[in-house]
Amino acid sequence: MDVFIQQLINGITLGSIYGLIAIGYTMVFGIIGMVNFAHGDVFMVSVFISLIALLILTTFLGISSIALALLIVLVVAMVFTALVNWVIERVAYRPLRGSFRLAPLISAIGMSIFLSNFVQVTQGPRNKSIPPMIQGEFVLMDHGNYAVTLSLKQLIIWSVTAVLLVCFWYLVAKTPLGRAQRACEQDQKMAALVGVDVDRTISMTFVIAAALAAVAGTLYLMYYGVVSFADGFVPGVKAFTAAVLGGIGSLPGAVIGGILIGLIETMWSAYFSIDYKDVAAFSVLAITLIFLPQGLFGRPDVEKV
Amino acid sequence: MTTTDVHKTPNPVAAAIRDAALTALISFCLFLPLVGFLTISNIRNEIVLTTRWVLLFSLVAIIGLGRLCYSLAIYPAMQRRALRPVKTEVPAWRAALGKWFIPFAIGFTIVYPFIVIATSGFGGALKWVDNFGIQILIYVMLGWGLNIVVGLAGLLDLGYVAFYAVGAYSYALLAKEFGFSFWVLLPLAGCLASFWGVLLGFPVLRLRGDYLAIVTLAFGEIIRIVIVNFVALTNGYAGISSIPRPSFFGIPFTADDDGFAAVFHLPFTPIYRTIFLYYLILALAFLTCYVTVRLRRLPVGRAWEALREDEIACRSLGINTTNTKLTAFAMGAMFAGFAGSFFAARQGFISPESFTFLESATILAIVVLGGMGSQVGVAIAAIAMIGGTEIMRDMDFLKEIFGSTFDPTQYRMLIFGFGMVLIMIWRPRGLISTRTPSVFLKERKTISADLIGEGHG
Repeated sequence: MDVFIQQLINGITLGSIYGLIAIGYTMVFGIIGMVNFAHGDVFMVSVFISLIALLILTTFLGISSIALALLIVLVVAMVFTALVNWVIERVAYRPLRGSFRLAPLISAIGMSIFLSNFVQVTQGPRNKSIPPMIQGEFVLMDHGNYAVTLSLKQLIIWSVTAVLLVCFWYLVAKTPLGRAQRACEQDQKMAALVGVDVDRTISMTFVIAAALAAVAGTLYLMYYGVVSFADGFVPGVKAFTAAVLGGIGSLPGAVIGGILIGLIETMWSAYFSIDYKDVAAFSVLAITLIFLPQGLFGRPDVEKV
Repeated sequence: MTTTDVHKTPNPVAAAIRDAALTALISFCLFLPLVGFLTISNIRNEIVLTTRWVLLFSLVAIIGLGRLCYSLAIYPAMQRRALRPVKTEVPAWRAALGKWFIPFAIGFTIVYPFIVIATSGFGGALKWVDNFGIQILIYVMLGWGLNIVVGLAGLLDLGYVAFYAVGAYSYALLAKEFGFSFWVLLPLAGCLASFWGVLLGFPVLRLRGDYLAIVTLAFGEIIRIVIVNFVALTNGYAGISSIPRPSFFGIPFTADDDGFAAVFHLPFTPIYRTIFLYYLILALAFLTCYVTVRLRRLPVGRAWEALREDEIACRSLGINTTNTKLTAFAMGAMFAGFAGSFFAARQGFISPESFTFLESATILAIVVLGGMGSQVGVAIAAIAMIGGTEIMRDMDFLKEIFGSTFDPTQYRMLIFGFGMVLIMIWRPRGLISTRTPSVFLKERKTISADLIGEGHG
């Protein structure tokens, strides 16, 4: 039981990170119907940006307060990653809008290869690890030989994710930008006719997706403290799985799907085999798509002639 | 950023400069974190930062100047060209090229090893036949195999490398454990791979488009992870080494008395084996192409293409879409299995490293860049992409320009990825984007793929 609760805590933490990335997939898929294959690598770039921002703050500027440093890193990473994704959309996806359906996917795969190799070339192929920034944990249950703990890092991840999700929900549900996004999702041509700037809305979708991926990236760096150029692919596919599991196009679905994937992965590692944890996540993806293609919260895909 | 605004303003030069400055500013912000700073580990294994302002500013300057050139020179030139009347008749040299290209290409591939030996001798030819000839032909074959699945049947498969791995591991394990010869195991590996094709194809029949792509990707990764972790069978990351090499109808390519060189009274060089392997993969590739071209005219091939264009219409016309999709998966997987067993036999060593997602993406890129469904296009794309990345290995003269620490192989995949994006923007339908219907009324005509609306693929 103790192990189960500990894994529940770890799983939700990991799942929050996946959920934040999954929102990017689900939003982009919802608005332009494309699997943004490079999103996992955008996440990886954001981890590097936060790493570099953190090092600048601590070594060059000498900020000693960890909380302040983390907050600045979060904002810096969000801004720069948003810029990266904005440029990617402009360069690699916008010229292909309205082209045949495989073209954007191939372009995204190319972008994914480009991003991971760009980071490899500019930052070197080795793992980058930083010393743990935040220590401290709360012991929830202690039965002598096994203590269930909730670390401060995990608590930060939970609360940052929760706060950002509320902000994000407000943005999509209540602001003109969110309205424009939902309009474009339903029908781009009609949205354009009633005065929505479709191009700008799609750009903003990529910017928001990247900003959330950057939050995930900063939290990932804080939690694991290590990153390499190849770390984009697997979290990317898992986050995509989360988006599919929750029902692609559904925002609460993405978060819940993310948490479920995080839980499945940690539970599988704890009770079955850590070597095959990726197999578990990928199998969930295949099983969901085969038996429940609309996901948990998605609308069924109606086929029209 | 938009170039259309540039040419509406009265002073195009000032606008172009402003535009270039903006581009430079954006690229400065873009590259500031990752190019401007370098994270390296010091002796105590701590991460420290160093700055690279020179590199950053030269990169930004190149991009800004490039943008300026584009909006002042290239873009107006393109506009002028677009205004020129379009010539409709095909010039004579292009018609001749179209007619003679395929026979010439086939002839060239057959005599290629001898041309190379004649020009660079036995020692130099080894590299050219092996790295360029065989390497490219493997990808040509894989491209043609995937072309059945993606190009003809329109099923987007991102896990194709799984079948390649099945073929390679089937050959490696069966040849090592049971000592079967290459010629027995080649069809067997093909059968096993196509069995896996049906097995993995069956559950995903209902999916299409991007979803199918992601599930096949997941399957491909699952197979790779199983290969990595099933150490008892596959030896995990360490891979399988000393895999038996194919022999020339029972005569091995060794320096022994009963080896190939001794039997034919030739001086021993390793190039005989390489040339033999070259012709082997050439024959396999031609077989793939021939089977595909012939299958297109059979009912099953027509059903594939009909499926690609509109699945609902197919079903309404009574085509069994389940069988049609499964045959496409099985055929494609079979050729990947052939290629895989050839790969294992050629390398003599295989490990999971050779079957990553990147391989699948490369093969898919070859098919899409070549123009889905076009055999010639796929071959050209394979030559361009694989040959291009192989050439990058040899660019030693770049070291003299950029200094001795410059390693061109690092940039291989970087350019490869960006090339994929650029080619998609330039020609989203691939290099050869015409379709040749296999059924026609009076005369054979090719039609542009742009005219085809792909419906419910």
